[in-house]
Amino acid sequence: MAAGPHEQHKLSDPDNDVRHLHDSKVENPVLRWIDQRMPVISMIQLEYGSFPTPRNFNYFWNFGALAMVTLAIMIATGVILSMQYTANTHLAFDSVERIMRDVNYGWLLRYAHSNGASMFFIVTYIHMWRTLYYGSYKSPRELLWMLGVVLFILMMATAFMGYVLPWGQMSFWGATVITNLFSALPLIGEHIVTWLWGGFSVDNPTLNRFFSLHFLLPFLIVGVTFLHVVALHITGSNNPLGIEPKTKKDTIPFHPYYTVKDSVGIVVYFIVFAILVFFMPNYLGHPDNYIPANPLVTPAHIVPEWYFLPFYAILRAVPDKLGGVALMGGALVILFFLPWLDGSPVRSMRFRPIAKWLFLLWTVNFFVLGWVGGKPAEQPYILIAQIGTAYYFAYFLVLLPLLAKFEKPLPLPESIASAVLKRRGGGPLPAGATAKPMEKA
Amino acid sequence: MRRPMFNLIPTLKAAAVAAALALAPAALDTGARAAEGGPGSGHDVIRIPDTKFTFDGIFGTFDRASVQRGFQVYKEVCSACHSLRQLSYRHLTGIGLTPSQVAAISSQFQVQDGPNDNGEMFERPARPSDRFRRPFANDAAARAANNGALPPDLSVMVKAREGGADYMHALLVGYEEPPPGVTVMEGMHYNKYFPGHQIAMAPPLNTDGQVTYADGTTATVDQMATDIASFLAWAAEPELEQRRAMGVRMIVFLTILGGLVYAVKRKIWSNLHGE
Repeated sequence: MAAGPHEQHKLSDPDNDVRHLHDSKVENPVLRWIDQRMPVISMIQLEYGSFPTPRNFNYFWNFGALAMVTLAIMIATGVILSMQYTANTHLAFDSVERIMRDVNYGWLLRYAHSNGASMFFIVTYIHMWRTLYYGSYKSPRELLWMLGVVLFILMMATAFMGYVLPWGQMSFWGATVITNLFSALPLIGEHIVTWLWGGFSVDNPTLNRFFSLHFLLPFLIVGVTFLHVVALHITGSNNPLGIEPKTKKDTIPFHPYYTVKDSVGIVVYFIVFAILVFFMPNYLGHPDNYIPANPLVTPAHIVPEWYFLPFYAILRAVPDKLGGVALMGGALVILFFLPWLDGSPVRSMRFRPIAKWLFLLWTVNFFVLGWVGGKPAEQPYILIAQIGTAYYFAYFLVLLPLLAKFEKPLPLPESIASAVLKRRGGGPLPAGATAKPMEKA
Repeated sequence: MRRPMFNLIPTLKAAAVAAALALAPAALDTGARAAEGGPGSGHDVIRIPDTKFTFDGIFGTFDRASVQRGFQVYKEVCSACHSLRQLSYRHLTGIGLTPSQVAAISSQFQVQDGPNDNGEMFERPARPSDRFRRPFANDAAARAANNGALPPDLSVMVKAREGGADYMHALLVGYEEPPPGVTVMEGMHYNKYFPGHQIAMAPPLNTDGQVTYADGTTATVDQMATDIASFLAWAAEPELEQRRAMGVRMIVFLTILGGLVYAVKRKIWSNLHGE
């Protein structure tokens, strides 16, 4: 029943202190009726349709959408797997094997889920790298970045507990090593570990609570992701030039331009995902996790999943247990302070001639840390890990603050549009300004 | 005029492609792999020789005849000590046996069932739906019968060892006299491919013709080792052929879809040119 003109006016009068229906532009009467009362259609149109987006994204700007796709896949496969999985130390390993053999397409669900975790970290690491390189964490996007760090830590916790569930040797010993880290805390450490375990060793109560938390945390990730996206849509996206859009010429509507560009990325992502799942499903795993958990036999080398290796290297870099735990925690916590450690007003590393190289070195250093994290804790790996850890922290704590003072940035372009059109248009151009094929398309 | 800048994105792209190209053969190749020695063996790296299997590579499939012969070796040799507890007899249709052949095989084994109406456990011939009968009632019984060593379950052994089926084959043909200066502990055997080289399992395949193959294949030790490795590869990954076939279809589909989506993207973005 449509309201009369007089009533309609009153309801939607913004000066009136009364709640009013949304002024919907949707033409279909049924959808308009819904949209007036719950303006999700308007919201999608506003935030994903006409949403003004910098016109110069390169393909690094696909990875947020890819992380969202991965989250959806992980929840979908995970919910179905949980219908078949049994969280009991005597049954867990066999229930996973039953999924692999007797559940219809169970092998596909499980391999998609286990490799999906790797895809999640690949995508998230690239997403974070993009943020660091193009300075997307700087004002006014500090909170957006901090929510992202929260998401990363939640992901790590979720992945760690998920890896425990199949109850193989690496599950059990990984859980033992990681939970034991809390014992490094003075006085209360031992009590916390007993409390985490629900007993005096990693055992059935531990497995049960890890399963429960592994189911819970992804929904917290969904919630924080929502906040992350809300924050993004207030500030808008950063872009490879790191300068804010000034006029309408600098932006294009999100749809169709970035919906279709994200679609290209999503198909490529699925190709990589499919190669992992269908042709090398155990390549990123460890063979020892196909040995049922045995508290009496310690594996020769306990290694975490590949995505934890850089942080594992930092943990083992110092001989002191508490020191190692503090450094590993610090390696994550320091990320929260990054917007204030990096005082340079220039966002994109393209215009920071010194910071760019030091950051690329930091990137290489991160890979080196990952490599030594998978090696036994002996020389020369310990020394390499120590140097790597020192550089990891020095970059944030010393180099970035100093660069903000002493680095002379290159001149920034006037606007996004002028930079894009200059590159595209004819005429003699500086050599470095041509040939950026990934952005040209 | 600005100096030419280091062009990051194409460089990264090239690096990613190079890394992918380097990674793919390393991962897909089931060729020679190194297994690291266990504790106490120092870091002597053992090269596992590459065995040619029909299921190697991305298009590889199981050789049904070899897998069936491997099952025969398992039944007549390995199953004396090693369980295969994730498998049921009905799964054997996956290696090309008919349901009636499977029923004939399962009926050769007695399994415990019950309790019956009188509350007693009883023995009956196994049905295809039963799990493979285990050689020992429990781990303690298995250890008691094997000098204190526990023969591991073989269901996912191929996935649980570095080198997979190549390692299985190598281990079974890798028994030899210890090199001079190496003393083998009481009850242990020297094997050049086992981490640490001292293995509790006595050489299970030691004479040619130990098994008389139904299909007339000559049962050399190497042949038997290849066949049992094939059977165990199937036992660990019965979905392998379906998985790869689906993967090929997925990649073809996604590649075509990707081409189409990219064409659409180019078309849509061409609207912006000259703006």
